[in-house]
Parts: sequence; structure tokens; C-alpha cells
Amino acid sequence: MTAVSDTSELPSVKAETVLSARSRKPANLGQILRWLLLFLGGLLMIAPITYMISTSLKWPHEIYNVNLIPEEPTIENYTYVLEDGRFYLWFINSIIIAVITTVSNLFFDSLVGYTLCKFRFPGRYIVFIAILSTLMIPTEMLVIPWYMMSQSFGWLDSYWGIMFPGLMTAFGTFLMKQFFESVPDDFLEAARIDGLNEFQIWWKIAMPLVKPALAALAIFVFLGNWTAFLWPLIVTNSVEMYTVPVGLSGFGDEVDVAWELIMTGAAISTLPTLVVFLIFQRFIIRGVVMAGLKG
Amino acid sequence: MAKLSLKKLTKSYGKVEVLHGIDLDVDDGEFVVFVGPSGCGKSTSLRMIAGLEEITSGEIWIGDRKVNDLEPKDRDIAMVFQNYAIYPHMSVRKNIAFGLWNAPLSKAEKAARIEEVARILDMSELLERKPSQLSGGQRQRVAIGRAMVRNPAVFLFDEPLSNLDAQLRTQMRLEIKKLHQQVGNTIIFVTHDQVEAMTLADRIVIMKDGHIQQVGTPEDVFHAPANTFVAQFIGAPSMNMLKVTGAGDEISLSSGVKMQPGRQTQTGRPLLLGVRPDDLSVDDQNPIVTGKVVVREPLGSETLIYVSGPQGEIVAKVPGKSGVKVGDEVKLGATPEALHFFDTETGDALV
Repeated sequence: MTAVSDTSELPSVKAETVLSARSRKPANLGQILRWLLLFLGGLLMIAPITYMISTSLKWPHEIYNVNLIPEEPTIENYTYVLEDGRFYLWFINSIIIAVITTVSNLFFDSLVGYTLCKFRFPGRYIVFIAILSTLMIPTEMLVIPWYMMSQSFGWLDSYWGIMFPGLMTAFGTFLMKQFFESVPDDFLEAARIDGLNEFQIWWKIAMPLVKPALAALAIFVFLGNWTAFLWPLIVTNSVEMYTVPVGLSGFGDEVDVAWELIMTGAAISTLPTLVVFLIFQRFIIRGVVMAGLKG
Repeated sequence: MAKLSLKKLTKSYGKVEVLHGIDLDVDDGEFVVFVGPSGCGKSTSLRMIAGLEEITSGEIWIGDRKVNDLEPKDRDIAMVFQNYAIYPHMSVRKNIAFGLWNAPLSKAEKAARIEEVARILDMSELLERKPSQLSGGQRQRVAIGRAMVRNPAVFLFDEPLSNLDAQLRTQMRLEIKKLHQQVGNTIIFVTHDQVEAMTLADRIVIMKDGHIQQVGTPEDVFHAPANTFVAQFIGAPSMNMLKVTGAGDEISLSSGVKMQPGRQTQTGRPLLLGVRPDDLSVDDQNPIVTGKVVVREPLGSETLIYVSGPQGEIVAKVPGKSGVKVGDEVKLGATPEALHFFDTETGDALV
């Protein structure tokens, strides 16, 4: 049987079983409760987004009303935020930081993960455990050493200062190591015989086989850095170096927070995350790895 | 194309030695099959030739080069893996092209080589497909193509047919044999299937527990097995083994039957008498074994009968139309040339 028919059969089989299960049994109480719980969960997820968009369409006097549909909808906030030059700067800062950090993570996390997974060398486990153990240290504990480090290296208030703690992550390394476990050694050995060097084997053979993991990691890292607040707030001083979340928090003045503007900025800043998700989600397809092996 | 020599090759994992000094010379263009039960060291030997396993001691020579310390890519070999290991994210064409990664050829020359290989393997129309769009047999063909395109001194096959279904396996076996006749490269082929070994090999290397048991042509190992292991491993069903006692020009079976094997045996010495199911005939004048047929397995052109008698159960292969039924009393005998004698303790064949 070919793999083509394998993959095409799977979904239809699933769909059938779901259908038959549905038609055979009337919904019982447990099922109703489950649906209800899922529905509430869905509401919970969608509520802040709806509220954000709704608030961004309101005038200042209306923002403390909880009604979803604004009485007098306006796009004034959008015009204001987009015409305010600072928002563009922050947006570009955020894009630069999130993109560079994502690329760096994809490259280095998978390189280290691959090495830890596929090479046998003394001290391999110690290195792996040392990397993993850094996951247990919370960011709040790290910001002071980071700050002191940035200060002594002259990285304060710079892209490098904002980015350096996140250019490689223990989580990403761990994730990639685990995914490389699923890449059979035969592929790598075949490539070794074909004459690729170790770096080429990693780049040309192993990396394309873990695309789903890379896509997932890209989404995680991009979102994490796009929404990062605490560290960028601490390390930046000048308004020009702010990222979107740091900049937005500063909308308003000493006595009043301009929620409608913050929500407008937030609404605009969700767009890149949507784009990233749409680009990468198509790579998150299981079973790519197995196609080159026995049928 | 080149000769291949293994000299006192050993392999240890930690303190455990799994290969105990393998010596073997393979001629230029020879098709040699390593066969043995799992864990016998046949795949390890192959991987050491490929350079995928380190050599603990001993030497490997390909042509006139000692390759112990060469990288796999510099050994002038190509390997086909059991589970194909064709890269799933590349088209067939690209997969085959990877075999030419280091070849000092122009783009056009490479393309021509790929076309040529695809033509030989009859898969020209598959070149643009992805592995997921191929059947098992086609995938294995791509793997062979990737190896062929390198035109290596030595081809290494690591159980390449084990993942195919029975019919396809027979077909691919034939194709590999034809391919060898066509290209003529030296081939080392590892399998646990004795039929594959017999049908493909110029010479068979039978291994067990990290030792070579016998090296010889398929006829050699079948008709003149070096020991009881080889005798029972090669041939299906296995050779029957009967306990006998030598007595000059006679031997006596535990059942009391005496017979003239046509050779001298030491008086009083316990021996093992081996006789292949194919060599036994029913209603023999000088039967070795008499007993009742307990099971009958018709295979079409021939039938296997399991005969139970005072000396235990033995199996015989009789013509499909012989009409022997379960419960029949049969007298099984064989010509003296068909009898094999082995030492009871060492298992070695007595000549």
C-alpha cells in the first residue's frame, strides 16, 4: 500500500467514526457538560480579544461601559495611533527584535539540540542537564544580573541589550533535541556515505525533517518576544528604543491611562502574530518524517 | 570495482566482543552474501566496511587501500539500507543526485548519470515524485539508484528486502541479481534469509555469534556443510539429525537399525547423522528410518511428511503426487552420498 492512500484514508476513517458515534448515541449528561465546558472555555479565550477590539472603537468617555457594541463607534483611535510616529518606531523595533530572536533560536536551539541528540561524546548528559536546569530559574530572578551585565558591556538601551537573553533558549534546545530523536539515524548515515559533512547533514537532511518542530518553535519564540514586557521595559530608557508593549503602556498621562489607545495599539500589534501563525501552521503536519522509510 | 579484504577484524562494545577476528577475501565483481541469525555480527561487519562503525582491531582493504581510518564518503562504497533511508523531503531525482554529492562532475554529466540510472532501474517516469508517492518496491529502487549512481567499488546492501512483501521480495531479488550481472560491481549483501542468500550469492558467508562458520558457493554450503549449524541453517526444511554410533563400515541407529554408509567410522564413537528431507525417499530397500506419517504438508509440486518413529521425528520431502497419507507406515532411506556425518561434541563435519 502506498503512503498516499495511507494518509488520505486516515481522516475519512476518523470522520466516519465520529459521525457514527454521534448518530448512534443520544447526547447524555456527561457529553452536554463537556460541550458546555468547551463552550465556556471558548468564550473565555475570545472575551479579551473582543473586549480589546470593542474598546479600540470607543470614545474615551465610554471605555468603562462594559457593552460590547460601542454606542458611537469610531476609528479615531486608530487614526491617532497610526499618525503618532512613535507607534511605528515601536512596531519596527518589535519586528526587528522578534524576527532576529526567532531566527537565532531556530538556528542555535536546533544545532545544540541536534548535537546533544545525535552525537555521543563524554559529558553529553551533564551539558543537557545543565541546559535543562536553567529552565527552573524564573525571569524575575534573572533581570538584575542581566541588567548588570548589559550595563558593564554597554548594551543598555540597545537592540542587542533587549535581545541577548533570548537569542537561545533552554526550552527550544530541549524541544528540538526531543524532535531530533524521531529522525532515524539511517538518514544521517546515508547522507554520511553520500559525502555530506556533519554540518550539511544537519542542515540539508535533519532540519527539513523536523520542520513541524521548527514551525512550533518559531511561533513560540516570536510570540514570546513580541509580547515581552518586563525585560524590554527595564533595559530601555529612550522612547525610540521601546517595543510595542512597553510603548503602549506609556499611552496616557500621569493621572489617566488612555485605555482606548492602548487597546487600539494592542489590536494592531496582534496582526503580525496572526501572520506568523498563518505562515508556520501549515508546516505543523505530523508524519513527514516517516515518508522516506518503509512503506 | 575492487577487491575487498577483511583481516582479523574484531569489534567490541565496551568489554563485550561481538566479532571475533573475521578473515575474508572478496574478489573483484563477486556477489557475496553474509547470512546468519540475528546478532551473528553480519550487519556489524557490513557497517564496519561502510565506515559507520569503528573498527576495534584488524584491517579492511578496498582495492589496494587500507580504509580503516577513511570516512565513509572516501571509501568508494555505497550502501542500501533496510528501511531505504531515502530523504522524504526531496524528489526521486534529488535523492539520486545526493549520491553524486562529492562527484567531480558537471551539472550536465550528473543529470545524464541520473537519467541513465533511472533508465536501468525502470523509473524514469518517477523522477519528479516524492517518496511518499511511491510504493515500497519503488522506494527501495530509489535507494538502489542512489547507490548505483556513484558507481562505487563496493555495493553494500543491509537487508534491503526485509521490508517488502513476499512477492515483491522475489521480484526485487531477481532484479538485484540482473543488476549485478549488468553492472558487475562487487556486492556485499546482508540477509537473515537463507533463500535470498542461496539465490543471490556467488559465495555465501555463514556467520554465528561473531564467527564465520563457512564460506563457500551455494552448492558448497548446501551439499558439504562444514558443521551442524550450517547444515541446519541452510535448506528448508532443516536437515534431519539422528544420533548414531559408528562401527567400522557400519553405523547403528538408536532404533537398532544398522546401515552401511559407504565409509569407515570409528567403532563406538557417537556421531550425528545428517540427511536432508529432499534426499529421503519412501519405501527404500535399506531404510534409515521407519515410522508413521503424523503430519502432511502439501506444497503443490512436493509434499512434506513428518514421520514419527523410534528415533524421533524426521521430515521428508516427497513428490507432490506421491499419495502418502497421514497414518501410513513409511520406510525412509537415502543413498550413501546423501549422508552427512558430524562430530557430536564439536558439531564439525567428518569427511
